[in-house]
Amino acid sequence: MARLKDLPLAHRLFMQAYRYRTVDWSPGAQLARPISGSKLALITSAGLHLPTQPPFDKSIRGGDFSCRELPSDIDIQSLLIAHRSSAFERAGALEDRNLVFPLERLRELVDRGEVGSLNHRHFSFMGSISAPSRLIAEKAPAVAADLRLDNVEAVLLVPV
Amino acid sequence: MASVIEKTGIPTVCLSLLREVSEKVKPPRALFVPFRMGYPLGKPRDPTTQLAVIRAALTLLEDSAPLPILRDFESS
Repeated sequence: MARLKDLPLAHRLFMQAYRYRTVDWSPGAQLARPISGSKLALITSAGLHLPTQPPFDKSIRGGDFSCRELPSDIDIQSLLIAHRSSAFERAGALEDRNLVFPLERLRELVDRGEVGSLNHRHFSFMGSISAPSRLIAEKAPAVAADLRLDNVEAVLLVPV
Repeated sequence: MASVIEKTGIPTVCLSLLREVSEKVKPPRALFVPFRMGYPLGKPRDPTTQLAVIRAALTLLEDSAPLPILRDFESS
Protein backbone atom coordinates (compact mmCIF):
# COMPACT_ATOMS: atom_id res chain seq x y z
CA MET A 1 0.00 0.00 0.00
CA ALA A 2 1.13 3.50 -0.75
CA ARG A 3 1.81 5.67 2.28
CA LEU A 4 1.82 9.42 2.59
CA LYS A 5 5.42 9.30 3.75
CA ASP A 6 6.41 7.77 0.42
CA LEU A 7 5.02 10.65 -1.63
CA PRO A 8 7.14 13.54 -2.90
CA LEU A 9 7.62 16.15 -0.19
CA ALA A 10 5.32 18.77 -1.71
CA HIS A 11 2.44 16.27 -2.05
CA ARG A 12 3.05 14.89 1.44
CA LEU A 13 2.95 18.30 3.07
CA PHE A 14 -0.13 19.30 1.13
CA MET A 15 -2.04 16.11 1.93
CA GLN A 16 -1.06 16.14 5.59
CA ALA A 17 -2.37 19.68 5.99
CA TYR A 18 -5.36 19.31 3.68
CA ARG A 19 -8.79 19.54 5.28
CA TYR A 20 -10.59 16.68 3.58
CA ARG A 21 -14.18 17.40 2.68
CA THR A 22 -16.70 14.81 3.73
CA VAL A 23 -20.31 14.47 2.70
CA ASP A 24 -22.74 12.80 5.06
CA TRP A 25 -23.86 9.71 3.16
CA SER A 26 -25.60 7.99 6.09
CA PRO A 27 -27.44 5.69 6.28
CA GLY A 28 -25.94 4.52 2.98
CA ALA A 29 -27.47 2.61 0.10
CA GLN A 30 -27.86 -1.14 -0.25
CA LEU A 31 -27.86 -3.40 -3.27
CA ALA A 32 -31.36 -4.29 -4.36
CA ARG A 33 -30.14 -7.68 -5.61
CA PRO A 34 -26.87 -9.60 -5.85
CA ILE A 35 -24.12 -8.07 -7.98
CA SER A 36 -24.57 -10.97 -10.40
CA GLY A 37 -27.89 -9.40 -11.35
CA SER A 38 -26.99 -5.73 -10.98
CA LYS A 39 -26.08 -3.04 -13.49
CA LEU A 40 -22.65 -1.58 -12.72
CA ALA A 41 -20.95 1.68 -13.70
CA LEU A 42 -17.29 2.61 -13.38
CA ILE A 43 -15.80 5.95 -12.32
CA THR A 44 -12.10 6.71 -12.61
CA SER A 45 -10.10 9.73 -11.49
CA ALA A 46 -7.28 9.02 -13.94
CA GLY A 47 -8.29 11.86 -16.24
CA LEU A 48 -9.07 9.50 -19.13
CA HIS A 49 -10.77 10.91 -22.19
CA LEU A 50 -11.63 9.92 -25.73
CA PRO A 51 -9.32 11.25 -28.44
CA THR A 52 -12.33 13.22 -29.70
CA GLN A 53 -12.96 14.86 -26.31
CA PRO A 54 -11.05 17.87 -24.98
CA PRO A 55 -8.41 16.92 -22.43
CA PHE A 56 -8.74 18.03 -18.84
CA ASP A 57 -7.29 21.46 -18.19
CA LYS A 58 -4.41 21.42 -15.74
CA SER A 59 -4.25 25.21 -15.74
CA ILE A 60 -7.55 25.58 -13.86
CA ARG A 61 -6.83 26.81 -10.35
CA GLY A 62 -7.98 24.22 -7.79
CA GLY A 63 -8.31 21.55 -10.46
CA ASP A 64 -10.50 20.82 -13.47
CA PHE A 65 -13.73 19.45 -11.97
CA SER A 66 -15.32 18.57 -15.31
CA CYS A 67 -15.91 14.96 -16.34
CA ARG A 68 -15.95 12.90 -19.52
CA GLU A 69 -18.46 10.24 -20.44
CA LEU A 70 -16.81 7.08 -21.73
CA PRO A 71 -18.97 4.64 -23.72
CA SER A 72 -18.97 1.06 -22.50
CA ASP A 73 -18.02 -0.39 -25.89
CA ILE A 74 -14.83 1.68 -26.18
CA ASP A 75 -11.42 0.20 -26.97
CA ILE A 76 -9.90 1.27 -23.68
CA GLN A 77 -6.33 1.37 -25.02
CA SER A 78 -7.46 4.21 -27.29
CA LEU A 79 -8.22 6.39 -24.26
CA LEU A 80 -5.84 9.24 -23.55
CA ILE A 81 -4.60 10.02 -20.04
CA ALA A 82 -4.69 13.70 -19.17
CA HIS A 83 -3.81 13.30 -15.51
CA ARG A 84 -0.17 14.02 -14.83
CA SER A 85 1.18 14.27 -11.33
CA SER A 86 4.49 13.59 -9.68
CA ALA A 87 2.48 11.75 -7.02
CA PHE A 88 1.98 8.72 -9.25
CA GLU A 89 3.47 6.88 -12.20
CA ARG A 90 1.59 6.81 -15.48
CA ALA A 91 3.71 4.09 -17.08
CA GLY A 92 1.51 1.22 -15.92
CA ALA A 93 -1.75 2.77 -17.09
CA LEU A 94 -0.16 3.73 -20.40
CA GLU A 95 0.69 0.06 -20.91
CA ASP A 96 -2.68 -1.24 -19.72
CA ARG A 97 -5.66 1.08 -19.14
CA ASN A 98 -7.27 -1.67 -17.04
CA LEU A 99 -4.99 -0.56 -14.21
CA VAL A 100 -7.08 2.58 -13.76
CA PHE A 101 -10.22 1.78 -15.76
CA PRO A 102 -10.77 -1.99 -15.62
CA LEU A 103 -13.51 -2.16 -18.20
CA GLU A 104 -12.13 -5.25 -19.94
CA ARG A 105 -12.06 -7.13 -16.64
CA LEU A 106 -15.65 -6.09 -15.91
CA ARG A 107 -16.75 -7.30 -19.34
CA GLU A 108 -15.19 -10.66 -18.48
CA LEU A 109 -17.11 -10.76 -15.21
CA VAL A 110 -20.33 -10.06 -17.08
CA ASP A 111 -19.51 -12.89 -19.52
CA ARG A 112 -18.92 -15.20 -16.54
CA GLY A 113 -22.22 -14.22 -14.97
CA GLU A 114 -20.57 -12.63 -11.93
CA VAL A 115 -21.81 -9.12 -12.77
CA GLY A 116 -25.29 -8.55 -14.15
CA SER A 117 -24.50 -5.93 -16.78
CA LEU A 118 -22.51 -2.76 -17.43
CA ASN A 119 -24.02 0.65 -17.93
CA HIS A 120 -23.76 2.02 -21.46
CA ARG A 121 -21.56 4.85 -20.17
CA HIS A 122 -18.96 5.39 -17.49
CA PHE A 123 -17.35 8.56 -16.11
CA SER A 124 -13.85 9.93 -15.90
CA PHE A 125 -12.64 12.73 -13.66
CA MET A 126 -9.30 14.33 -13.01
CA GLY A 127 -7.77 13.49 -9.66
CA SER A 128 -5.85 15.92 -7.46
CA ILE A 129 -8.71 18.41 -7.21
CA SER A 130 -7.47 20.67 -4.43
CA ALA A 131 -10.59 22.87 -4.41
CA PRO A 132 -13.48 20.38 -4.67
CA SER A 133 -16.42 22.64 -3.77
CA ARG A 134 -17.83 22.87 -7.29
CA LEU A 135 -17.13 19.20 -7.90
CA ILE A 136 -19.17 18.29 -4.83
CA ALA A 137 -21.89 20.89 -5.38
CA GLU A 138 -22.33 20.65 -9.13
CA LYS A 139 -20.61 17.91 -11.10
CA ALA A 140 -20.90 15.01 -8.67
CA PRO A 141 -24.70 15.46 -8.24
CA ALA A 142 -25.07 15.72 -12.02
CA VAL A 143 -23.22 12.44 -12.54
CA ALA A 144 -25.21 10.82 -9.74
CA ALA A 145 -28.43 11.96 -11.45
CA ASP A 146 -27.22 10.47 -14.74
CA LEU A 147 -26.50 7.18 -13.00
CA ARG A 148 -30.01 7.16 -11.53
CA LEU A 149 -31.44 7.96 -14.96
CA ASP A 150 -29.55 4.96 -16.34
CA ASN A 151 -30.91 2.73 -13.56
CA VAL A 152 -27.38 1.92 -12.42
CA GLU A 153 -27.46 -0.28 -9.33
CA ALA A 154 -23.84 -0.13 -8.16
CA VAL A 155 -20.72 1.93 -8.81
CA LEU A 156 -17.04 1.02 -8.62
CA LEU A 157 -14.71 4.00 -8.13
CA VAL A 158 -11.05 3.71 -9.06
CA PRO A 159 -8.49 6.33 -7.97
CA VAL A 160 -4.94 6.67 -9.22
CA MET B 1 -18.00 11.47 -5.26
CA ALA B 2 -18.90 8.14 -3.63
CA SER B 3 -20.80 9.91 -0.87
CA VAL B 4 -22.83 12.02 -3.29
CA ILE B 5 -23.78 8.96 -5.37
CA GLU B 6 -24.56 6.95 -2.26
CA LYS B 7 -26.95 9.67 -1.10
CA THR B 8 -28.99 9.20 -4.27
CA GLY B 9 -29.54 5.54 -3.33
CA ILE B 10 -26.86 3.82 -5.40
CA PRO B 11 -24.34 1.77 -3.40
CA THR B 12 -20.68 2.46 -4.12
CA VAL B 13 -17.32 0.86 -3.46
CA CYS B 14 -13.95 2.61 -3.81
CA LEU B 15 -10.50 1.21 -4.27
CA SER B 16 -8.09 2.97 -1.95
CA LEU B 17 -4.35 3.44 -2.37
CA LEU B 18 -3.87 5.68 0.66
CA ARG B 19 -5.25 4.31 3.90
CA GLU B 20 -4.55 7.56 5.73
CA VAL B 21 -6.80 9.48 3.35
CA SER B 22 -9.65 6.96 3.26
CA GLU B 23 -9.69 6.66 7.03
CA LYS B 24 -10.19 10.43 7.22
CA VAL B 25 -12.82 10.62 4.48
CA LYS B 26 -14.58 7.37 5.46
CA PRO B 27 -16.42 6.51 2.24
CA PRO B 28 -19.26 3.98 2.60
CA ARG B 29 -17.11 1.09 1.33
CA ALA B 30 -13.39 1.02 0.50
CA LEU B 31 -10.95 -1.73 -0.34
CA PHE B 32 -7.37 -0.91 0.63
CA VAL B 33 -5.08 -2.26 -2.05
CA PRO B 34 -1.36 -2.94 -1.44
CA PHE B 35 -0.13 -1.24 -4.58
CA ARG B 36 1.71 1.97 -5.36
CA MET B 37 0.13 5.19 -6.58
CA GLY B 38 -0.98 4.89 -10.18
CA TYR B 39 -1.45 1.10 -9.92
CA PRO B 40 -4.79 0.58 -8.13
CA LEU B 41 -5.43 -2.75 -9.90
CA GLY B 42 -1.94 -4.13 -9.34
CA LYS B 43 0.22 -4.67 -12.39
CA PRO B 44 -0.33 -3.98 -16.08
CA ARG B 45 -1.35 -7.02 -18.13
CA ASP B 46 -2.04 -9.06 -15.02
CA PRO B 47 -5.70 -9.96 -15.43
CA THR B 48 -5.59 -12.51 -12.59
CA THR B 49 -4.71 -9.90 -9.98
CA GLN B 50 -6.97 -7.30 -11.57
CA LEU B 51 -9.94 -9.68 -11.42
CA ALA B 52 -9.14 -10.60 -7.83
CA VAL B 53 -9.13 -6.93 -6.81
CA ILE B 54 -12.44 -6.26 -8.56
CA ARG B 55 -14.07 -9.34 -7.06
CA ALA B 56 -12.90 -8.34 -3.58
CA ALA B 57 -14.26 -4.83 -4.06
CA LEU B 58 -17.62 -6.01 -5.38
CA THR B 59 -17.92 -8.41 -2.46
CA LEU B 60 -18.08 -5.39 -0.15
CA LEU B 61 -21.26 -4.30 -1.93
CA GLU B 62 -22.93 -7.53 -0.82
CA ASP B 63 -21.57 -7.39 2.73
CA SER B 64 -24.25 -6.82 5.33
CA ALA B 65 -21.86 -5.36 7.92
CA PRO B 66 -22.63 -1.86 9.19
CA LEU B 67 -21.23 0.94 7.05
CA PRO B 68 -18.58 2.18 6.57
CA ILE B 69 -16.86 -1.02 5.47
CA LEU B 70 -13.11 -0.44 5.12
CA ARG B 71 -11.22 -3.65 4.31
CA ASP B 72 -7.78 -4.75 3.18
CA PHE B 73 -7.33 -6.62 -0.07
CA GLU B 74 -5.76 -9.96 0.67
CA SER B 75 -4.16 -11.60 -2.34
CA SER B 76 -4.25 -15.40 -2.38
